[in-house]
Amino acid sequence: MPERQPTVTIAIDGIDVEAIQGETVLQCARRHQVDIPSLCFLEGLSTMGGCRLCVVEIAEDPRLRPACATTVAADMEVTTESPRLRAYRRSILELLFAEGNHVCAVCVSNGSCELQDVAVRCGMDHVRYQLQSPRRHVDASHPKYVFDPNRCILCTRCVRVCDEIEGAHVWDVAHRGHGAELVTELHRPWGESTSCTWCGKCVAACPTGSLSYQGSSVGEMRHVPNMITWLVAARERGEWTEPEARR
Amino acid sequence: MTRPRLATVWLGGCSGCHMSFLDTDEWLFELAAAVDLVYSPIADVKEFPLDVDVCLVEGAVANEDNAELARIVRSRSKLVVSFGDCAVSGNVTAMRNPLGDPEEILRRVYVDAPDRDGQVPRAAGIVPALLPQVRPLHQVIDVEAYVPGCPPPAARIREAIEALLAGRRPPATGESIRFG
Repeated sequence: MPERQPTVTIAIDGIDVEAIQGETVLQCARRHQVDIPSLCFLEGLSTMGGCRLCVVEIAEDPRLRPACATTVAADMEVTTESPRLRAYRRSILELLFAEGNHVCAVCVSNGSCELQDVAVRCGMDHVRYQLQSPRRHVDASHPKYVFDPNRCILCTRCVRVCDEIEGAHVWDVAHRGHGAELVTELHRPWGESTSCTWCGKCVAACPTGSLSYQGSSVGEMRHVPNMITWLVAARERGEWTEPEARR
Repeated sequence: MTRPRLATVWLGGCSGCHMSFLDTDEWLFELAAAVDLVYSPIADVKEFPLDVDVCLVEGAVANEDNAELARIVRSRSKLVVSFGDCAVSGNVTAMRNPLGDPEEILRRVYVDAPDRDGQVPRAAGIVPALLPQVRPLHQVIDVEAYVPGCPPPAARIREAIEALLAGRRPPATGESIRFG
């Protein structure tokens, strides 16, 4: 029997639940079937806390907290849905849509996109902000994959999975603020990269149509971010190691 | 009791939203019995009439004619609905925006691309000039409701029109607002 982990009690939306000490509010909520929306978070990777979609209210704390980067504490009272949270989440999504060039109708990920799904969920029926319509260039130089920065939301899942899990560190974020963009191999065409192992973990992890397989047409992409979570868990449990070597 | 006056308008779009509207099939008979269709690409009416109750607008605002008709629609309609992704978000019609100056795009398409004899079509009063940037409808005129989709599925269109005729707003939650 695995050793029982120490727990505390927290309240999520008025219901007392058992939280494991050291876990985050997001992990705890999802274990208890409370699905807080998120985009940059991916179980198995380090926490970025950048998209801010998973913000929650915590009693007696005037600030909103990202559930993915907030550790549970005894007697914490968490609210995951409120008019204020809905308004913030919708604003975040509208800003994401206005910042890039997101055209669901002609996107490889139409119908299986985390950004599209979360927009439906958060009630985004239009974008109030002016479209930025940035001019960004598609990198289709890789023999197997395509990077379309028009559809990128800078969640950095690809950066993190490539660095932390594959150990290749092909991806980086270049520049800052409005000019921030993803680059491969210090801003050289992906196809010329000597560090890329062609493993495809970045493509699997991508929440939008920004990373896709060569030749994918509209609505044909299926990303598998859960594969990353499964891979990391299996690696941590030593599932690919001989039993003697596990000790 | 007078029947509600319904109009539908086609701006910078592919007419796919109107095709999907026709996909409501036999329900169109019920609709025709319940409303007066006073203006539409599928009705031979030359001028947008006064006193329209509900107007569905397909397409983004891409050229001078679109902008003028949008303003007429607004001034003569009680409820204006952004009908489909182009009206709601610019969508495919707005994909030229990142490329900048429309003159350069016209030259690329009509002069550089053809093998020979390319020229930019110009006819004052017939071919409307492109606006510098394509805009979603609500950034040009006020809009009361949004029906996203490329095109919105027929069931979603029916649901929206039924709501509007009953004095309600179309559903703004769940799958009814999925883009694409």
